[in-house]
Amino acid sequence: MSLSLGVFNSKIIALAESDKDPNPLRHDMAKGKIVAGCIAPHPPHLVYAENPDQNEPTSEGGWEQLRWGYERLRESLSEIEHDVIVILSPHWQTYVGTHFLGLENFQSLSVDPVFPNLFRYHYDLNIDVELAKQIHDNAEKAGLAVKMMENPDFRVDYGTITTGHLFNPKWDKPLVVISSNRSTDYYSAEVMQEMMIELGRITRETIEESGKKAVILASNSLSHRHFTTESEIPEDMSKEHIASHAMHLWDMRIIDYIRSGQTQRILDEMPEFIEQAIAESDGGGLSWLISALDTPDYPAILHGYGTIIGTGNAVVEWPCYKHEEGSQ
Amino acid sequence: MSDGEIIGSYIVPVHPHTYLVPEKNPGWTKLREAFDEAALRIKNSEADLLIIYSTTWPSIIGHQIQADPNPEWVMVDHDFHDLGSIPYSFNIDSEFANAWNEANHMRGLKSRTINYYGFPIDVGSVVALKLLNPDNAIPAVIVSSNVYANRSETSVMAKACLDVVRNTGRKAIAITAMSLSNRMFTENIDPADDKIHSLKDDEWNCKILELMEKGRLEDVGQLSRTIQKQIRVRKVVAFKPMWWLSAMNDNRNDLTGEVLAYEAIHGAGAAVIHLDPASCGTGDKEYDEDDVEYFYGDRSVLDSNDSETTTIDEEVEEIDETISTEENGPALWEPTTADGSVNSDSAPKPVGAYPHARRVGDLLYLSGVGPRQALTNSIPGGPIHDEDGEPLDYDIKAQTQAVIDNIASILEEAGSSLDQIIDVTTFLVDMKRDFQGYNEVWAETLGKIGPTRTTLAIRALPTPIAVEMKVIAQFFD
Repeated sequence: MSLSLGVFNSKIIALAESDKDPNPLRHDMAKGKIVAGCIAPHPPHLVYAENPDQNEPTSEGGWEQLRWGYERLRESLSEIEHDVIVILSPHWQTYVGTHFLGLENFQSLSVDPVFPNLFRYHYDLNIDVELAKQIHDNAEKAGLAVKMMENPDFRVDYGTITTGHLFNPKWDKPLVVISSNRSTDYYSAEVMQEMMIELGRITRETIEESGKKAVILASNSLSHRHFTTESEIPEDMSKEHIASHAMHLWDMRIIDYIRSGQTQRILDEMPEFIEQAIAESDGGGLSWLISALDTPDYPAILHGYGTIIGTGNAVVEWPCYKHEEGSQ
Repeated sequence: MSDGEIIGSYIVPVHPHTYLVPEKNPGWTKLREAFDEAALRIKNSEADLLIIYSTTWPSIIGHQIQADPNPEWVMVDHDFHDLGSIPYSFNIDSEFANAWNEANHMRGLKSRTINYYGFPIDVGSVVALKLLNPDNAIPAVIVSSNVYANRSETSVMAKACLDVVRNTGRKAIAITAMSLSNRMFTENIDPADDKIHSLKDDEWNCKILELMEKGRLEDVGQLSRTIQKQIRVRKVVAFKPMWWLSAMNDNRNDLTGEVLAYEAIHGAGAAVIHLDPASCGTGDKEYDEDDVEYFYGDRSVLDSNDSETTTIDEEVEEIDETISTEENGPALWEPTTADGSVNSDSAPKPVGAYPHARRVGDLLYLSGVGPRQALTNSIPGGPIHDEDGEPLDYDIKAQTQAVIDNIASILEEAGSSLDQIIDVTTFLVDMKRDFQGYNEVWAETLGKIGPTRTTLAIRALPTPIAVEMKVIAQFFD
């Protein structure tokens, strides 16, 4: 009997091959795949600027560079068939393992606790519970601490709502929503990354088992030093700029790696990036994404870059479908 | 109305276990019983206001104060959602919230009130209010914990709150919703197995509790940074609540403390502590971090010469003409008046015993002149560092122009003017950074007059300014 070993949370999990519970249908159905992977930031400012019906506050626009970036991303993805969107959101912060939304539908009002003046959004979203549970179960087998969220009163975090809206305003695709486990805080960026790389691998393999076509999203910014004050008109773009030159340099460094297919270097430099740029990738999203995409060595598409209250944000797409075996 | 005061303080844990499932662990039961005892004490007190500082409500743009008079929703914890839901409907003192917000602004702080239907009140506040004020008999106010706030900002925010408590005659209870050690188990555990995460965490928690039982709240406040390093996972908000609570109690070390319970909640240190303002008779302070009255930290990040800064400073000046200058350097002096001295009410007060200028023959010798403003002591372009010595971004052009304006005021007082300046010696604390900006302003002002000039780099000036000028001018009767 061969064994695969995973070491997490001081546990050694030995999994017998017979315990892996392979889906008996997997060989009969088309192999699932990740068709695109994206970095998709979630500041409520962008939804506020779009003035959708679901959001109560109204604006005069603003942050157009990023919103146009999202437009380009949506246009690009509209040409790619996909069944489900998988999001890892840093604003559903969990300290006891990684959690997954586990009910088919969530409807409520999402009010941003930090920017309630900008974001009070009435949401109605559907979850692919089957896929969420499959990823949950496979992660649990691999030794990760996980939990399904099945409380109907739960309010979905505003990061998921914001990204979900900007990514797919029609909300016509089911989501898998994964929480951000704060292992960077509890242990270190290295431990976080080890866990997220494992979760990324599990996500990819589970999607392949499922037979579904998935787009996966890391909902996070790059550098993440906020301004501590807000202009009287939040969308006053004359006040918007990167928080500091050091943050700009880090953003450009990461973007350079993204555009040149050097994702392994992003993983290698992640601890320094998190520490020096106060990067939101401390929540694990970017490491999970890169791992789920199998550490791509081809260039991603930078659809847009811009700052929001001083933080650096990029809209990025790895067009996996163009780099499959046999594709032109 | 006056004579408002803090009549008691409580420290309570944030996790939902004590409300939803206290019966599942003996420690959680003890914490719930302690909550109930605290609720009884509050009910039997004269309290007419509960003020909550919650570490589970982070904010970025200054502090946020809940001002919805009746916020209602169903709260579900992000981590412990499987324990159940907590419906709430609270009684918020929106009048006090708005007054506190105004008081914050008067003390130089950024803050805003929150009054939006559906705003998600954080788990720490929900648990505290549900258990300490179960029938909503006492109105409450809740304030966020700013992720970037340092000690001075947090303490000044408490002092602004005290201003309102005293001015409105409230009998208020101050409450911090917080963990001691906050390291939880990162896996699901059987409730029966709950314990403090590590021996080190437990030892530090006991050290904090020992100080609390002796009423040494300010000592705990001054240990906050050490405590954060020793037993706190970074999370979003650092160990700041003791800064706030200590300032709410006038930074005292002689309160009467009582630990009603100390147990673990999923590994974190959870305590219910009562601090009575009655003096326990001891309490010398072992540390002496500065006590701060007004906040001068960097808030003009959008525009370093933001006119709003001036507005705040003007408001502060209206409130109290004896603005603390300790954060901005040494105490201010009245200018000396020896024969031939020239002093101007429009120039900043000296930081020692000297006049603004002195006349000898037909020459005027000016003392070193900086950019500080005469009435408010504020620094146009911002200070070069905060009260903790942390560097701040500042505008050298604005500072240089302010120096020249101050020189003009002194010369005008003497009956002279800028065009009579003969010689200038300029001191810059950062030649590399500031020479160009300083030089540009010079060229547009004194450069057109043509005095001789010497520019020196020096290590520091007494106040947090970047530029000072020493001037000799002619004087004609």
